[in-house]
Amino acid sequence: MKAIYTLFICLFLVAFTNAQERFLTKNGMISFFSKSPIENIKAENNQVLSIVDISKGQMAIAILMKSFMFEKALMQEHFNENYVESDKYPKATFKGNILDFDKITGSETTITIKGNLTIHGVTKEITIEALTKKTAAHIEMAGDFFINLADFDVKIPSIVKNNISEKIKVSFRFQHKPYKK
Amino acid sequence: MKKIFLNTFLILASLQLCAQDLLDILDIEAPEIDNTVSATFKGTRIVNGHSIENRKDKELEFIISHRFGRINTGFEELFGLDQSNIRFSFEYGLTDNLTGGLGRSSFEKTYDGYLKYSLLKQKTGANSFPFAVSLFGSIAAKSQKAIAGNERTFTESLFYVGQVLIAKKVNSSFSMQLTPTYVHRNLTAIDADPHDIFALGFGTRVKLSKRVSLNAEYYQQFDKLESIDARNSLAFGVDIETGGHVFQIILSNAITMVEKSFITETTGNFFGGDIHLGFNLSRTF
Repeated sequence: MKAIYTLFICLFLVAFTNAQERFLTKNGMISFFSKSPIENIKAENNQVLSIVDISKGQMAIAILMKSFMFEKALMQEHFNENYVESDKYPKATFKGNILDFDKITGSETTITIKGNLTIHGVTKEITIEALTKKTAAHIEMAGDFFINLADFDVKIPSIVKNNISEKIKVSFRFQHKPYKK
Repeated sequence: MKKIFLNTFLILASLQLCAQDLLDILDIEAPEIDNTVSATFKGTRIVNGHSIENRKDKELEFIISHRFGRINTGFEELFGLDQSNIRFSFEYGLTDNLTGGLGRSSFEKTYDGYLKYSLLKQKTGANSFPFAVSLFGSIAAKSQKAIAGNERTFTESLFYVGQVLIAKKVNSSFSMQLTPTYVHRNLTAIDADPHDIFALGFGTRVKLSKRVSLNAEYYQQFDKLESIDARNSLAFGVDIETGGHVFQIILSNAITMVEKSFITETTGNFFGGDIHLGFNLSRTF
C-alpha cells in the first residue's frame, strides 16, 4: 500500500515539476546566411523544435533540414541533395546545458549555452551566447553564432567555391511556452 | 523486504520519467512531415525526353540544346562537328506542379510548345506512394518552306505528342522512368506512313557522385514510319550540376530534340556509329 502511495506522490511530483519547468516551442526560427563575393545565400526554417528545462538548465533543439526555405527552389534542392544530404541525415540536433540558467529572469540578460551540435551526422561541441528573457507566458531566446562547414564534413566543390562561404552565420529566435504532457 | 524492493523500483521508475531525454520529447512532439520524394532526376530531361521533374513556381529556365552531326562522318566533317541542330527554349513554372515551355529547333525550323503536369508524387513515410506520375502534352509546328509542289497548310505542319511519365526514385542514386508515348502527325510523307505512333520509353539515372550522374534512355516504337529507315532512339548522357546550371553531355542516335522527331524520325544506327554528340545547358533564373 505504501508503495502505491509513493508511486502516486512520485508521479504527481513528476507531472507537477514538468508543467512548471519545461518550456517548448514547435515553431522556433533558425536562419543561416552565407556571404560571398558572387552571391548571398539565405535560408530560414520556422518549424524548429526547442525545449528548455530551467530547473536543470538543460536545452535541446531539433531541426528538420528539409524545412529550410531558400529564395530559389533549385538552391533548396541542392542544399538537401548535395550538401547536407537530408535523406541520410534528416535532422540536425543540439543538446546542451545553460551554464548560468539562474540568470533567466524577467529582465533581458545574456546567457551561455554549451553543448553538442550535430549536423550532417557530425557532432561538434559549441558554446553560444543567447539573449534571454522570461515572462509569465514564455521564455524567449535569441542570438547568432558562426559555424564552419568543414567542421561538419559539408564539402563545397571547387566550381562553386566563390559562391558559398566557408563560415556560415546562424541566427535563432525561440519563444518557448510552458510544456505540459 | 519485498515492499522495499517494490518501493525502490517505483521510485527509480518515476525518476526515470523525470530524467526523460529532452531530445526524446522533441521526437514525440515533432509534427508529421511532408515526405515527398524530390530530385528523382537532376534535370527536366532524362536525355532527349522529359523527366518527371518540373520547374518550381515562377522559376524560369533557359535551355540551349545542341546536337552535332554523326561521329562516323569522319575527319572531313570533323566527326560531325561541322553540322549541327540547335534548340533554344524557355521553360517556366506556372505553378509548382505545372510547367510550360516554348522552343525552337533549327532542324526543319520547328517551333514547339509543351505543358507538363505533375499528377502524383512519390512519397515515403505515413502516406507513402511508390512512384510519381506526370502528364505531358506538346505541339510541334514545322515552319521550313516546302519544296515546290509539296506545299502544306499550317494544320498539315502540326504534330501532337502525349506522354504519361511514370517514375520511381529507388534510392538516392538510382531512378527510373517508364514513358508510354503517343505521337500524331497531321500529314505523312507517304500513305504507308502511320498518322499515329505508339512508343514506350525507358529512362534511368545512376548517380556517380553527388553532382554527376549517368543517364540512359530508349524509346521502343510499336509502329514505324515507312518513308524513312526509322529506328528506335537510344541515348546516353552525363549530367553535371554546377550551382544554378545543369550541364548534360549527350551521345544519341537522334539529331533532333523534340519528342515527335527523336521518337519517330530517328534513322541513326547507334551501334553502327551514327552517334551525335550533343549537350543541354540550362540556366535557372
